[in-house]
Amino acid sequence: MFWKYGLFFSILSGGIWGIFWQIFFTVVGILTLGTPLSLELSQIMIIGPLAGILYIKSQKFLSIKFHLTAIIVITFLIFVSHLGNPYQAEDENRLIIFMLTLLTSFFIWVSLNHSLYNLSPGKLSKHDIESFFIKFMWGIGLIILILITLIPFYIMIMTSLKNQQSLILNPLDLSVNLNTDFKTLFNSYIELFTNFNFHLFLINSFIVSCTTVIITLFFSIPGAYALARLRIPNKKIFSGTVILIYLIPSIVLIIPLYAVFSYIGLRNSLFGLILVYPATTIPVALYMLRGYFSALSSEIDDAALMDGLSRIQIILKIAIPLSKPAIVSVGLYVFMIAWNEFLIAFMFLDDPSIFTLSRGIMSLNSSEIPQQHLMAGAVIATIPVMIIFLYLEKFLISGLSAGGVKG
Amino acid sequence: MTNIKKKNKNTLLEKEKKLGLILLLPTILIVFSVVIFPLLANFWISFKPVSLGDLRPPKLIVKERIKGKLSNKNQLAEIQYSYRNSSIKYDLENVIIKDTIPNGFTVKDLHPAQFCKIKLKELTCNLNNVSSRSSGKIIIKIHKNDQWQKELDNPKKTKPLVTFSSKNVLTSFEFNTENFKKVFSASEFFEVLKVSFYYTIFGTAGALLVGLLAAQILQKSFRGRSIVRGLLLFPYVSPVIAVAFAWVILFDPFSGIVNSMLVQMNVIDKPINFFGQKYTDIIIFGYVFKFPLALSMVIAFEIWRYFPLSFLFILARMQSFPEEVYDAAKIDGASPLQQFYYISLPFLIGIMSILFLLRFIWTFNKFDDIFLLTGGNAGTRTFTVNVYEQAFAISNLGAGAAVAVVIFIFLLTFSLFFMRYSKKETF
Repeated sequence: MFWKYGLFFSILSGGIWGIFWQIFFTVVGILTLGTPLSLELSQIMIIGPLAGILYIKSQKFLSIKFHLTAIIVITFLIFVSHLGNPYQAEDENRLIIFMLTLLTSFFIWVSLNHSLYNLSPGKLSKHDIESFFIKFMWGIGLIILILITLIPFYIMIMTSLKNQQSLILNPLDLSVNLNTDFKTLFNSYIELFTNFNFHLFLINSFIVSCTTVIITLFFSIPGAYALARLRIPNKKIFSGTVILIYLIPSIVLIIPLYAVFSYIGLRNSLFGLILVYPATTIPVALYMLRGYFSALSSEIDDAALMDGLSRIQIILKIAIPLSKPAIVSVGLYVFMIAWNEFLIAFMFLDDPSIFTLSRGIMSLNSSEIPQQHLMAGAVIATIPVMIIFLYLEKFLISGLSAGGVKG
Repeated sequence: MTNIKKKNKNTLLEKEKKLGLILLLPTILIVFSVVIFPLLANFWISFKPVSLGDLRPPKLIVKERIKGKLSNKNQLAEIQYSYRNSSIKYDLENVIIKDTIPNGFTVKDLHPAQFCKIKLKELTCNLNNVSSRSSGKIIIKIHKNDQWQKELDNPKKTKPLVTFSSKNVLTSFEFNTENFKKVFSASEFFEVLKVSFYYTIFGTAGALLVGLLAAQILQKSFRGRSIVRGLLLFPYVSPVIAVAFAWVILFDPFSGIVNSMLVQMNVIDKPINFFGQKYTDIIIFGYVFKFPLALSMVIAFEIWRYFPLSFLFILARMQSFPEEVYDAAKIDGASPLQQFYYISLPFLIGIMSILFLLRFIWTFNKFDDIFLLTGGNAGTRTFTVNVYEQAFAISNLGAGAAVAVVIFIFLLTFSLFFMRYSKKETF
């Protein structure tokens, strides 16, 4: 059977990688040049498989020199098959087109080098075929996964740096002209901070989120300790209720909260938010911390009790210092929930001077305010979370995996 | 001897119990007041015809005015109280207006005399009922007496005190099932039910599958793996409002990149309104299918945003696998797919079913994402969006609360199912 031979797989993967990278770099080209490029796949459908055959047939004498030659040959083939002008671009963009083609060939070859490595052109066992497929899918899967994850963020940042005219003239042109000065480039951000009170929103968000973290930890640490260590009647029911409460979404509570808070005049205030947020986060924190505290060995506590420490002292001097990383994780997780919260802020806050970031961005969502302002707002809201995430990834990940089924 | 020991132990236990409850008390109080109480209040509201306007309590607006300027020559003046019931719906009962007349005046005439009395400079007007939207006037004729001093005696110095009672739908004991009838009989109820379950099932399953794939990909060690792992969590940790609007702009029919790209590459002839179009026709072998476009887009967003979570859990579980099992399987000649199917999958099935149930509950409860992407239009209205739509867009709080009750009942069913199931599985 022909499909059991390595040669067949080299042709197949050559074709698929060829099409994949051709599409990819056409899109990249359109986005960097901002001019229409045409996508032609028929040529690459022949060149790709040829490259595959070339790779698998020459596996015995692979060297850096050979790799380079192969890439140049593929580039040459692409140019020739398109009669010297792949993508049907205008003449002035020759250099970029050449670079794109070179990159296409380079990535086709690298991909082939990954998925066909050590594959013999002859008949393959079932095991080899499966290994090939898994390797091949792994590569494609990884790239697609990263692309899909990052594209919306890329769009967010790039749109925020454009101006209105260029967005309407050519939505495809996402290139950023680095020659423009700082003021025009970051115009939307400057605008948001000077005319739209974003500095206030940023401060409000910080106040609300930090207070929520403090209140949450203040109440949930002793509570979690009590649930983990002390002999309380009906402990199981308590724990069960905590989980159940933590599953109740705010949309179910929003109508009565709205009504009651309107009545007592707390609705349009940051204080109202600070009252509601901890109530939604304390059960999560309690649930997470209880797990951590139970994992600490109880002998230390017993020893401390013998030495005459009270339970409160044990919490302060033993439980908290020992579970510092856990507390940081929980704190970060709660911060993230409070920072990202939308519904309650949206329903509660009417007065623009006390908007949080989520609420403030929502107010930018109107047809009168240009898109790039909206995206700049989105970037401003995302950056603090990202900074925390990048610096304290380890903590946040453990926080997420401990209580992260919420959200 | 044993008796004493027992007693000691008991007091220690008692003490512990007490301390435990004290430590938990603030949590219980806060959670009760912001979660349990609203939950009960929601049931309460759902049986009442409450609209958004009812939240503004009815008020009697009273304005005090003085006619005629008092001077050494002019002895006479008039105090006028004009009052008005601000509510357009509710009557006010037992309305009493009180005010103090300064010492420098003597009251000559009162109008309406049947309601008002003067006792020791203390004016009391018992107006009984003021029906909705009605208004009236109280006129008091005064003249100054010997004690009058120009600077001190201003009748406006004391503000009139108003007390009244009014019927309030929120606190009254009138109930009816009108809201539920409305919710269940609406033609859209089954549509909403269908959309909710489509969204929940496909969103949860999709996120779980992509998460499983991502975990498989990231299980293999390669250079930059930890960076990629961090990157993949971005959608989940960023604010929903930021990423939802990024998607909206990405797929915008006028200036969105996806549309212009597809038009540019001649894949489509006209831009598609991805988040605003209920159905699009897809032709496969000559058959025309109605594909629910907006709903699918919302589901895609859900998958994109929440696959990192499943990915994180599954990866954590996979990294705790005993490596030897795989080695043994390799020696026995198991192919990679067989290893996945017979070793990894059975290992993962427990965590995956727990994840599915929990995520199912959370996806069912999801509001922000759909609300921001489509506003619940174009065939994407789930129960949660319907709560908002009824309560705040149509301003019928009662109907909104009734939908919230429906959500809560579903939620309770799912959670009981989850509790029962998760007991069997180790989480």
